[in-house]
Amino acid sequence: MNLMMLLEMAAGGFGDRVAVGSRDGGLTFQQLFDRAGAAAGRFRASGAEVVAMADVSSIALPISLFGAAWADLPFVPLNYRLTDDELSGLSARIAPAVVVLDPAAPGRLADLDDVVVLDRQALLDELANAPVPNDGWGTDWDMGGEGTAILLFTSGTTGKPKAAMLRHRHLVSYVLGSVEFMGAAEDEAALVSVPPYHVAGMAALLSNVYAGRRIVQLPTFDAESWVDLVRTEGVTSAMVVPTMLTRIVEHLDSELAAGLAGSGVLPTLRSLAYGGGKMPRPTIERALQLLPEVAFVNAYGLTETSSTVALLGPQEHRDALASDDEAVRARLGSAGRPLPTIEVSIRDEDGTEVPLGLPGEIWVRGEQVSGEYRGQAPRLTTDGWFPTRDGGRLDDAGFLHVTGRIDDVIVKGGQNVSPGEIEAVLVEHPAVADAAAIGLPDQQWGERIVAAVVLADASSASGTLATAEELQELVRNELRSNRTPDHVEFVAALPYNDTGKLLRRVLRTELAHLGDGSTA
Amino acid sequence: MVGDALDRWSDDHTQESPMPDMKPGSRFASNVCTTEVIVVKGAGEADLRCGGSPMLPTGSVPDGGTPDPEAASGTLMGKRYVDADDTLEVLCTKPGDGSLGLGDALLELKEAKPLPASD
Repeated sequence: MNLMMLLEMAAGGFGDRVAVGSRDGGLTFQQLFDRAGAAAGRFRASGAEVVAMADVSSIALPISLFGAAWADLPFVPLNYRLTDDELSGLSARIAPAVVVLDPAAPGRLADLDDVVVLDRQALLDELANAPVPNDGWGTDWDMGGEGTAILLFTSGTTGKPKAAMLRHRHLVSYVLGSVEFMGAAEDEAALVSVPPYHVAGMAALLSNVYAGRRIVQLPTFDAESWVDLVRTEGVTSAMVVPTMLTRIVEHLDSELAAGLAGSGVLPTLRSLAYGGGKMPRPTIERALQLLPEVAFVNAYGLTETSSTVALLGPQEHRDALASDDEAVRARLGSAGRPLPTIEVSIRDEDGTEVPLGLPGEIWVRGEQVSGEYRGQAPRLTTDGWFPTRDGGRLDDAGFLHVTGRIDDVIVKGGQNVSPGEIEAVLVEHPAVADAAAIGLPDQQWGERIVAAVVLADASSASGTLATAEELQELVRNELRSNRTPDHVEFVAALPYNDTGKLLRRVLRTELAHLGDGSTA
Repeated sequence: MVGDALDRWSDDHTQESPMPDMKPGSRFASNVCTTEVIVVKGAGEADLRCGGSPMLPTGSVPDGGTPDPEAASGTLMGKRYVDADDTLEVLCTKPGDGSLGLGDALLELKEAKPLPASD
């Protein structure tokens, strides 16, 4: 097993289709294959043991990813938004390495030992001019499958980044199990706006190559560019994180308000997947209204599981929206059902499976599940289960409801309170744009519940306001009194990282003065 | 003597060469058509056939010939094929006219319910 075998099949099966770029002038699958071969030669000659890239999406990304696979070297997409010091620190950890850099950022990583810096454009020029042998390149990559294909530094919302290790066999299993070879029609195109250092950004390249779907890249997300690209490139599918969808919905609404021709619609878009964080219910409901022809897919997965392990499909979205049964409606907020190739088990703190319907920690098992970090013992159990540290429950129809990170659970007076539950109630108030619940130290209760609330613009659609007492009352009525926030703090915005993950640690620091200073 | 041995070998690969190891990632090519496969799941030696004839490690020179009519339904690129006991799974990387088999039993096409695109 090797990622290159996916590209080899694509080049053999539909080599003349455009793999990445615009319909006219993009790189074909055969060209991508040839450039990957040239890149493999370049990477091998460098003597590096990993190939890293600190850059936005471009055609250099799939070329480098597959070139590294061909050369049997791990590919490491680094977060180009890190400071020079942080980037140098990570590069030093993976040296000897070649690092492909954004040409707009020369001089980064200037003086590191055992780090060869390649300018993206210079590399692309070199590879484009590399001779293509008549007899093909010889498929000399390792098919054993044990080699590391991709190293992804976890987002580090909780301390020092760890490097999750995805082997070739994990990623190939994921693609073979979830994507039909050449399943895409020739006119299909996928818009990739998640950054390369997010597992969804990597999975998007692999899945779409195997499906034969043209990849259109948006290097830096903003809603207007995203919408423009969908229209000009005839994009048929896309994957976004929740914050992106919120901005896309706002943008479409503002177009509609301006009343221009063709505003508010995306005629070619057929499928929109979202994941990577909790989707605010108002955003997804508005998106479903604005884009009635689009099939929505909610994907749940982790870096350590090679992307998606469960998904809520288009029909399930519609069924949930149309149902009078509250339990069925609640599925709109669920992660759907596990993939056919994935087992899910909900377990208590001792690792014992809990009765169906009860909450616990989500454990997953399957061939795509890695659960390994570089330089550490695998977190998989001996029988292959991976404890995700996400809390959740399965309902009686097999839908997985994810409540959030276990480490974020608030423990008040010995009771476990999931922030996600409280947040879901708060954002249903028309005056609330966003909300986060955290636990802060409290001498009497261990932790007190503090809700940070962002109010919607009072002059906009809803036009209503909310008071702290009103929001506390709302939670008390919807949930239980022990879920009621002890304090509601109105804030201008919540801290997110650039892939839409709420930084609870930062929020706890910002609001530390609302605790009583005791150490819970 | 040498000529005899070569003749025998070319008549039937299985007589002189042990059955190949079904290690995941191993590639095999048909002896009688253009089919090529990669082992996705498997262990130990197995009598992997295409068109009724034992498959060869990719890169070997085929004897040529045509698929046995009993095993000539063809293979489809990108499809996975499994045996009835689910001990062997191969991925077709090049299509051809022969049908895949484990010994005399034909492999079955592994039907997978298409999933909506999630990346």
